[in-house]
Amino acid sequence: MIDALGSVGSLLLVGGTSDIAAATAHRYLAERPLRVVVAARDTPRRAAVAAELAAAGATVQVVDFDADDPASPARMVAEAAAGGDVDVAVVAFGQLGDQQQLAADPDAVAALARVNYVAPAVVGTVLAQHMRAQGHGVIVALSSVAGERPRASNFVYGSTKAGIDAFYSGLGDSLAGTGVSVLVVRPGFVRSKMTEGLDDAPLATTPQAVAEAIVAGVRSGRHTVWVPGAMRVVMSGLRHVPRALFRRLPI
Amino acid sequence: MPEATLDRAATVPLTGWGRTAPTPALLTPVHDDDAVRTALAESTGRGVLARGLARSYGDAAQNAGGHVLDMTTYRGVLAADLTTGLVDVEAGISLDELMTRFVPQGFFVPVTAGTRYVTVGGAIAADIHGKNHHVAGSFSQHVRWLDLLTADGQVHRVSPDSDADLFWATAGGMGLTGVILRAQVQMKPIESSRIVVDTDRTPDLDALMTLLTETDHLYEYSVAWIDCVTKGRRMGRSVLTRGRFARRDELPAKRQADPLAYSSSVKLSVPNVFPPGMLNLATVSAFNELWYRKAPTRKRDQLQSIPAFFHPLDGVGAWNRIYGPRGFVQYQFTVPFGQEEAMREAMVRIASSGTASFLAVLKRFGPGNPGMLSYPSPGWTLALDIPVVRGLATLLDQLDELVLAAGGRIYLAKDSRVRAETFAQMYERIDDFRAVRARVDPDGVFTSDLARRLEL
Ligand SMILES: Cc1cc2nc3c(=O)[nH]c(=O)nc-3n(C[C@H](O)[C@H](O)[C@H](O)COP(=O)(O)OP(=O)(O)OC[C@H]3O[C@@H](n4cnc5c(N)ncnc54)[C@H](O)[C@@H]3O)c2cc1C
Ligand SMILES: NC(=O)c1ccc[n+]([C@@H]2O[C@H](COP(=O)([O-])OP(=O)(O)OC[C@H]3O[C@@H](n4cnc5c(N)ncnc54)[C@H](OP(=O)(O)O)[C@@H]3O)[C@@H](O)[C@H]2O)c1
Repeated sequence: MIDALGSVGSLLLVGGTSDIAAATAHRYLAERPLRVVVAARDTPRRAAVAAELAAAGATVQVVDFDADDPASPARMVAEAAAGGDVDVAVVAFGQLGDQQQLAADPDAVAALARVNYVAPAVVGTVLAQHMRAQGHGVIVALSSVAGERPRASNFVYGSTKAGIDAFYSGLGDSLAGTGVSVLVVRPGFVRSKMTEGLDDAPLATTPQAVAEAIVAGVRSGRHTVWVPGAMRVVMSGLRHVPRALFRRLPI
Repeated sequence: MPEATLDRAATVPLTGWGRTAPTPALLTPVHDDDAVRTALAESTGRGVLARGLARSYGDAAQNAGGHVLDMTTYRGVLAADLTTGLVDVEAGISLDELMTRFVPQGFFVPVTAGTRYVTVGGAIAADIHGKNHHVAGSFSQHVRWLDLLTADGQVHRVSPDSDADLFWATAGGMGLTGVILRAQVQMKPIESSRIVVDTDRTPDLDALMTLLTETDHLYEYSVAWIDCVTKGRRMGRSVLTRGRFARRDELPAKRQADPLAYSSSVKLSVPNVFPPGMLNLATVSAFNELWYRKAPTRKRDQLQSIPAFFHPLDGVGAWNRIYGPRGFVQYQFTVPFGQEEAMREAMVRIASSGTASFLAVLKRFGPGNPGMLSYPSPGWTLALDIPVVRGLATLLDQLDELVLAAGGRIYLAKDSRVRAETFAQMYERIDDFRAVRARVDPDGVFTSDLARRLEL
């Protein structure tokens, strides 16, 4: 249960190897020990994340999750819930994709849409169903500023994030009064595995900063957070920039 | 003041008195034993829980996604023996109603909380203590038997002599052994409805503790209000009020004709200095200053009414709302005698955190009882209301460590945030409690948000 002061008893990381997800768990662990379920593909990285979390004081449970497998979400949530209530679930898996390759490969577009949109939407549906029955819980969904106004340089990725943003915002509204809520997180450029080797974009931030914003957002019951906070203003400006100009912006 | 009750089942968000962490549950009014059996039969895996007047501060009377039984509709008086003072009641009856009915007949409740809006079921489930703990113990010690409906749908009449383990797991067991349907309570004979009160103002904590240690045994009822906002030398300055029920011949002549006259209405006795949302260090300091100044330095043999002496806050109405939408927590803990330093240290940390505390109440406990999760144990108990502010979680976690190291514990009826591991270390009989629960409720049908949070 999330207690009166917002302390969390159990955390489910869907895409548990994500840098942002792991940072979120460590941020919570800095306050108190808790149960952390790491749902991810079976990789050495998963074992490493689990070991680090255990070393930081978590009671860790590892669960298989593969966004490419349609049966995975339901099984994953059931396994995670077998160990007790899920207080907070962070939906953090995703891929950036290579825009150049995507432009030439329709199958790759379909695959990216599955991993970045279809699977998170399915996971959100299963989680919502479970938490509704549980009578409490918070779903944290990693959207992105890239979904706010997709750019030529990564619009396939951006469009999947736009979809996920709409899905989870709507899901949150549909859950009003059930004890369950949704926090949509819109980070800008985050220096993580996903962006390794890329040049920093303006206002680049870290997984730790995103984790901080998630923990604060869950604690205060917010529905949306931007990271860094200034992104909200920047994006609301960008939304109104004329198209011809927007195309030429170095972002 | 009691909550509005529903006339049929509905899914509603529920909180405790602190108004934090609401969760929805199917709330069903109970009018007979069968309503409890029906809930058990319909239970979907999220379990069943009894709820009284919801005066516990945290999540004790909540059950997210499950069934919650509103016991306040089950409140009859079944029998009353006015020679012995033994009354048989349904568990949803409030102490308020018991007083209204029995004070004019010469009987007071054996133990009352700082509010009279608690049910007998809630009083047993939290094994509540009052200003008379040092002489009378806690509520369950005045319960001769109780009828408990357990997970198998059976009703068991348990007492300290009949299935003592189940009795002492239920007393203080926060509704987790089953639903208390009825109980027999030993009321306390009184000659009048007035209390003879002595008031002492003490300049600091040391003076207070000394006074309590030396003279508390002379009084039936005793409690001190402490200023926790003022720092430095005057930290812990306090107002101590102690008393006993007056004999009839101690009343003024005009009252002697009707010595047991009782009315629960009382004038606002707390300065109402808080517009909603205005609770902060400045207003709390002002309040503390006022309260302290208002009290006489030393006063003897003042006659007070029951509400004025026992339940001054009940006159203020829904005062829990002054803390605003974020709600508040109460931190109540005890440390054994000899650990006064830990108590002082806790107060210093709260005072220096700048966290406003509206009410801080200190009492000296007498011996504990066999209740497995019963809170009182010999020593000092301090209770503070604190609005939810940033950094509070960490501060209270640190205070828990301090209390635990001093051999003390926190009170479940007030709790909404202690860590499961810390709690388990504070209650050495927790495994006995779990064993009884495993016997009478192997599937854990009776559960609550508190039980989940604390892995009880
Ligand atoms: C202003 C104020 C002052 C207080 N002062 C004191 C004090 O001086 N001393 C003290 O000890 N406490 C004090 N309390 C706390 C209060 O006495 C306890 O929380 C008490 O349990 C509240 O009773 P309730 O009927 O409101 O129960 P609820 O808060 O509704 O429930 C409390 C617990 O009892 C269980 N329960 C309720 N009814 C039943 C039943 N029929 N069968 C089984 N389980 C049941 C619930 O499941 C829950 O776990 C105070 C509270 C307030 C708000
Ligand atoms: N980094 C940024 O700049 C940025 C900005 C805004 C939003 N976001 C979003 O934030 C979330 C977390 O990103 P991050 O920065 O933490 O990146 P990350 O470290 O690369 O994490 C993404 C994770 O997704 C998992 N994943 C990918 N495909 C999967 C699949 N088919 N099945 C299961 N898991 C799969 C990967 O797990 P494996 O170990 O199995 O590969 C990887 O650990 C993502 O949704 C991302 O879109 C990131």
